[in-house]
Amino acid sequence: MALTTQKVKASVTPPQKASQRSLSSGRKYAWLTLNYLLMILLAIFFLFPTVFMLVSSLKANENQLLQDLSTVSAFIPYGDISLQNYSDAFHRLPFGLYMFNSALIITCIVALGLVVNSLIAYALARIPFPGRKLLVVVIVALIVIPFESVVVPLLLMVNQFPWFDGSTTWINSYQVQIIPFIADAFSVFLFYQFFIDIPKAFEEAALVDGASRWRIYWQLVVPLSRPVFATVAIWQVLTHLGDFLWPLLVTRGDTYRPLMVGMDVFFGQSPLRWGDIMAFASMIIIPVLIAFLLFQKWFLRSAALTGTKG
Amino acid sequence: MSISMRTKTSTIAKPKKPRWHRKEYFSAWAFAAPALILLLIFLIIPFFIAIYFSFTNQRLISGPLRTNFVELRNYLQMLGDGSLHRALLNNSLFGMIVVPVETSLALFLAILINQKMRGVTVFRTIYFSPVVAPLVVVAVVWTFLYNPGQGLINEFIKAISFGHLGPYDWLSNPELALPAIMILSIWQGVGFQMVVYLVGLQGIPEPLYEAARVDGAGRWRQFWHITLPQLRNTTIFVLIATTILSFKLYAQVEVMTQGGPQNATATVVWYVVHQSIDNVRVGYASAVAVVFFLIVLMRVIPVLWSVIVTEEREM
Repeated sequence: MALTTQKVKASVTPPQKASQRSLSSGRKYAWLTLNYLLMILLAIFFLFPTVFMLVSSLKANENQLLQDLSTVSAFIPYGDISLQNYSDAFHRLPFGLYMFNSALIITCIVALGLVVNSLIAYALARIPFPGRKLLVVVIVALIVIPFESVVVPLLLMVNQFPWFDGSTTWINSYQVQIIPFIADAFSVFLFYQFFIDIPKAFEEAALVDGASRWRIYWQLVVPLSRPVFATVAIWQVLTHLGDFLWPLLVTRGDTYRPLMVGMDVFFGQSPLRWGDIMAFASMIIIPVLIAFLLFQKWFLRSAALTGTKG
Repeated sequence: MSISMRTKTSTIAKPKKPRWHRKEYFSAWAFAAPALILLLIFLIIPFFIAIYFSFTNQRLISGPLRTNFVELRNYLQMLGDGSLHRALLNNSLFGMIVVPVETSLALFLAILINQKMRGVTVFRTIYFSPVVAPLVVVAVVWTFLYNPGQGLINEFIKAISFGHLGPYDWLSNPELALPAIMILSIWQGVGFQMVVYLVGLQGIPEPLYEAARVDGAGRWRQFWHITLPQLRNTTIFVLIATTILSFKLYAQVEVMTQGGPQNATATVVWYVVHQSIDNVRVGYASAVAVVFFLIVLMRVIPVLWSVIVTEEREM
């Protein structure tokens, strides 16, 4: 896995001097124009659904919205522009509650997951103990089990699990959407690969000084490994924000329902009002897009890391 | 295994005092325990239960019928299950089209934005942006784009074909529903593979290209003789990752078509869920899930193998 340590460069080097090129300047400009043209066409392809969604969400008049579908005006915010659809979406469904549920579930999965997965990865990468090699093999083997193939037995299991509040099932709760996803073999693997490359000198000095493993992990390894924590966290947030199958199976009613199931329910609810649905979709996409634009470097790094290691 | 071989280098070789060792063992297991317990309960045990269920007639709700051991009946039944065959065929079709298209588009985009040109980072951001959009939301928005009659996509096709083509009933037409899902899946996923390729491209040593230019090789020959061979490992990863994703196809189907029309968009995962929840046939669904796992495994083993082989060569 030689590729893994490289990072996506945040910016490209400045354009080369024209004189360096053997191509004549006429051909060079033709080539440049062709490239930009292609890139712009592709940009339109990747942007149009999002722009269309945002513009449609602002059109309060459903009839106008449907008529605009047949022309370029689908992309132009005009006519009855307001946030009416947004407030309708809020009134028709408890969007705020879904948002809260999703935020709570994802925060718990990611925060607990970072601790649990990095701890085992540290032990596997750095502490010599019998059975370690076998455990590494087991973790790698677990990566290949798709969640989809265990979903039915897991559903039957959690249906019988007790909880501290005295209930005898985990169905329709927060914990059922959090606890099964905290430990993740792939995250362990990513941490493991990173920890193994940290120079051992620091750690040995600390061990000689009598520092406990816990202190070494907390005061030495964690601060040195911020990049991998960030990439794993982003990856986990994106994955679990999109989770759909499991919450669909384990939630009944609104109380514990996350955004994706809410989106699906709203989509299936009559009357079908596209303006409201686009507003609902926009309210999910806009925060994610803002986060992406702010932390773009980390998103790309996360994709590069998980992509080249998966 | 190569991964375990790598760990060997970090082992502290000199034997230490037993007491120190015991303390080390204790911390190691204490660090590993939370993750191991969770993985055991929520992945390993359900996995073995799935295998066990696949040999029984387990139902979703324990009714008057007792759960019995049915040997290979579920597996034999799969041989004659037309809907399942259709689902497998759909997954394969999806993979056969989406995997090569998405991989080559990703490579194309990566090469395009890896050029030394002004503004490429903006385009990179744009191409990657659909990746951050959750699939359920994407599926809903595209359902609107595929609106039958006067939908945006229909109008676009009508415009570029000068009125000769369309309008199509995308999601209710058995021949078009699966391709419609393919298009949005490529739209959503290709940016991710693009970034993976970008990392690969930036790892190719520049002197290789300089040497080729000195020899008078044009862009096209540089691509065929340097870029592609150098990206071999990246390409294997991307191919396998997209293949596995194509077998996990579920959210788009559930939101957009519910497997219809006439099973034209039914997929294996959708079928497993449908059989166990709607038809309460957990035993049978588990057998399908086991077969699904074996299919994914068959795709993964060659990659793991190639990784192991290359890592050992590097050692």
